[in-house]
Amino acid sequence: MQNPSVGQWAPAVVLAWLIPGGGHFLLKRPGRGAVLAISVTLVFLLGLMMRGTLFQPQSGDLLTMVIYYGGFIGDVLSGILYFLTIWMGYSQPDMAGHVHDYGTKFLVAAGLLNLLAMVDAWEIATGRKD
Amino acid sequence: MPKMNLSHFEASLLFALFTSAVLGVITKRTDRERVRYAVRCFLYFLAAIFSLSWLMYLGHG
Repeated sequence: MQNPSVGQWAPAVVLAWLIPGGGHFLLKRPGRGAVLAISVTLVFLLGLMMRGTLFQPQSGDLLTMVIYYGGFIGDVLSGILYFLTIWMGYSQPDMAGHVHDYGTKFLVAAGLLNLLAMVDAWEIATGRKD
Repeated sequence: MPKMNLSHFEASLLFALFTSAVLGVITKRTDRERVRYAVRCFLYFLAAIFSLSWLMYLGHG
């Protein structure tokens, strides 16, 4: 199989990152795009409604770096949802309680689900799957 | 933005639901296979939630 050019897949993958499900819409898979958009957005919104914390990169020992850099990358993977949240001034301090904890995990999980959607968009754009 | 208070079970259930939907969409090749896989994933999540909950309950004494 020939290596597909970057121009062939980059627009779909970047759009999939910025707008959950957007890559699939660009690739004319609206049904799958809608399921991805709804799922990722609802997981992110549930995280906000549970007052989850958005991670900021933080140095320190190895475990601290893995948790905070990993969490930050997970948050940013939600694309426009993350940026809108920051631009609107959402700032939730880390608080004790299982609801806040779930919220924080939901915010990261939304980004990781969007990462799966980006990989799927890449596979479709490069012809590895239908 | 309204604040939401969910129990452990409700939060786990919502997470399982949306994660199963995404896994179904990205994993399989036909719509029928996708739905079946999503339902199966959701049932596996449910089984894990109930078993781990009972394990923690019994382990806690």
